[in-house]
Amino acid sequence: MDNIYYYLNVLFVETYKILFLLIPILVSVAMIVWLDRRVWAFVQKRRGPNVVGPFGLFQSLADALKYIFKEIIIPASSNKVIFIIAPIITMTLALVAWAVIPFGEDFVLANINVGILYLFAVSSLGVYGIIMGGWASNSKYPFLGAIRSAAQMVSYEVSIGIIIINVLLCVGSLNLTDIVLAQQQFWFVLPLFPMFIIFFISALAETNRPPFDLPEAEAELVAGYQTEYSGMMYAMFWLGEYANILLMCAMGSILFLGGWLPPIEIYPFNLIPGALWLIFKILFLFIIFALVKAIVPRYRYDQLMRLGWKIFLPFSLVWLILTATYLYYFNLLPSV
Amino acid sequence: MIAHSIFFYFFSLITIVSAIMVTVSKNTVHSVFFLILGFISVSCLFIMIGAEFLGMVMLIVYVGAVAVLFLFVVMMLNVAQQGNEIFQNSRYTHLPVGLIIGLIIFFELIIVVSGWKYKPDIISSNSINFDSNLTNTHSIGMVLYTEYIHLFQLSGMILLVAMVGAIVLTFKKRSGIKRQSYIEQISREKISGVSLVNVDSYKGVKIDD
Repeated sequence: MDNIYYYLNVLFVETYKILFLLIPILVSVAMIVWLDRRVWAFVQKRRGPNVVGPFGLFQSLADALKYIFKEIIIPASSNKVIFIIAPIITMTLALVAWAVIPFGEDFVLANINVGILYLFAVSSLGVYGIIMGGWASNSKYPFLGAIRSAAQMVSYEVSIGIIIINVLLCVGSLNLTDIVLAQQQFWFVLPLFPMFIIFFISALAETNRPPFDLPEAEAELVAGYQTEYSGMMYAMFWLGEYANILLMCAMGSILFLGGWLPPIEIYPFNLIPGALWLIFKILFLFIIFALVKAIVPRYRYDQLMRLGWKIFLPFSLVWLILTATYLYYFNLLPSV
Repeated sequence: MIAHSIFFYFFSLITIVSAIMVTVSKNTVHSVFFLILGFISVSCLFIMIGAEFLGMVMLIVYVGAVAVLFLFVVMMLNVAQQGNEIFQNSRYTHLPVGLIIGLIIFFELIIVVSGWKYKPDIISSNSINFDSNLTNTHSIGMVLYTEYIHLFQLSGMILLVAMVGAIVLTFKKRSGIKRQSYIEQISREKISGVSLVNVDSYKGVKIDD
């Protein structure tokens, strides 16, 4: 019987930890939607959501409430099981990836050896939510949107993968905590600045954000793969999308901006806890995401594919060779 | 250990059931989804035996890339409407070939597994120094990039040749398509784009095109 108590104990502790991570993430996803709309509005000299609560902070909660009480309409000719599973998969995958994000040196849910591969794998699984949703709707526009989106995500994953290899060459470990600790002298954004820019743009494409939001290009495809969704199922797609954006920001700040490390290890910066630094960096990246959405017009699809395969992929490959050569020549390769 | 075996049987059950469903299900898109489920649970099994690198690479390569292409192809085929009659008419025509392939794979598995079980020295003929202190990412790299570097490069070349071949076979240079040339667009000068014409009144301009 001891065994069962042991397992139950483990189960409760882990569940507690997971809730401790998940609930703040869900709340911050709601807040980030507000921030996104607010930044967007300020760029366009509007006010944005400012009515519900102080500064309109509760707008997202009000929206969520509305989504919950709306009727879920399932099209008669849709493939019902897959139609219902698709948004669940999108949201689950977006949340599951947070398990490996380190908020401090020992402040991580699962400190696994292949953390970065896990992140990469989970974000590459994200395609399925979209494909399944688009296919199961059994309608033209969602299907076209899903195919566009899947092709886009698969092609930008390639360049993200090579950028990750660039960083891993400098670190010598796949563990996210090790990646952050390797940046104690200087952040990787300094030596790998072009890679950071390419990572950022690829992250925009990977999360279907403007200017690469072709899957949801409303003038061409109504709302892309989300066209047939309504109520809470639509909200789940939406939450998953924003959780993914936050995740990409977290990934960018861990790979390039030194994760939880303060910019300089001196007195006033030391006082702020590491988790807050990470949150600052995520917010900084997210505000740039939001600004890009407000400023840049949408790409054409063939231009998008050209950018991914003919510019980013060769450039990051060449940079990979340069990085490897530099590290080898100056004997800087990390001891594994 | 109990939890370990519970998880093991859970994942292997899912693997087997989804593998069966791949072949049984009538809708091809469903069978691709079951294939993906099978891949995922196999990678969970890899992680359970401590081969986390293999598990993750399985997820990234097979689920994230290969199965997406499968899905693309299968969704384009749209077998759902015409599927049933094809299956009913030719249910047994491919049976002999399938049986032969299945039997070959089965016997290969028997040979490998029994060799592994009863004569371990057959499998580990050239001994690889295995250090259990290293992470398995490291140890795979140590073997792959030192002892088997030529085979590794060769398999990469084979994939590259296959890719080039597929592109050559399907690539058609079609006429009548307007393509953008970025260099041409950027290097356009004022002279080639605009011409200033003195227009006489009541005469108009003749544009040559």
